[in-house]
Amino acid sequence: MLRDRGQVVFEETEDGLIVHVGGEIDHHSAVSARRQIDERITLSYASKVYLELSGVEFMDSSGLGLIMGRYSLSKQSGKEFAVLDPSFAVVKMMNLCGMERMIRILKHKKSS
Amino acid sequence: MKKRVDFTACVENEMRLFLPAKSVNEAMARSAVAAFCAQLDPTALELADLKCAVSEAVTNCIVHAYRDTEGEIELNVELCEGRLVRVTIRDKGCGIENVKAAREPLFTTDAEGERSGMGFTVMENFCDEVRVKSRVGKGTTVILLKRLHK
Repeated sequence: MLRDRGQVVFEETEDGLIVHVGGEIDHHSAVSARRQIDERITLSYASKVYLELSGVEFMDSSGLGLIMGRYSLSKQSGKEFAVLDPSFAVVKMMNLCGMERMIRILKHKKSS
Repeated sequence: MKKRVDFTACVENEMRLFLPAKSVNEAMARSAVAAFCAQLDPTALELADLKCAVSEAVTNCIVHAYRDTEGEIELNVELCEGRLVRVTIRDKGCGIENVKAAREPLFTTDAEGERSGMGFTVMENFCDEVRVKSRVGKGTTVILLKRLHK
């Protein structure tokens, strides 16, 4: 379960900044995840941001806000943004509001 | 149009939970509901949908009804005849001025935060029926009805 600083892991690759988020994304966990991710995106020199969500076991609509918010921040910072390997729970939620029409989703794991 | 769920179904088992409106309790609330419903042997998908719907309702209490101030959330889970699960989520918060508008997809009163406005939409998609009763200044009651398959 995503607890405070528990399950947000950053990985800088040649291709860009990969943000791994796992566990359970709800209103509670999204608040701290958001803070950590925004700080890192702002500081990073990477031109691309990947939000890797293969390890998300649970996500409610708070996760949609988390994805949209990071997409907006990346765009504002002149960075490309994509969601990487979303789990079933994430895809189900993104489909509900047609988010896949707006945000690029990549299905191949770029991390090692 | 979804067929309305029979509301008079006989209650076979019941659980009641009272929780302080703290965001840390969101995970506990949905897990408790799922654990109680496990006796009906639901599918993993049914359980996941129910957890998501409960999480939305409880989050609404914390974020909107009590606006991050202290308060109590009452959760009542009834397992009824015919594998019907009825979850009632009740708060004594600020209430909803316009329930019809609040149920619209992408509607949110939270301009600064990152609420997606999809809470009620999720509940409606993941349950068979959602009923909302609200009075401004008195509180809100959300009833989630979900029929589990045989």
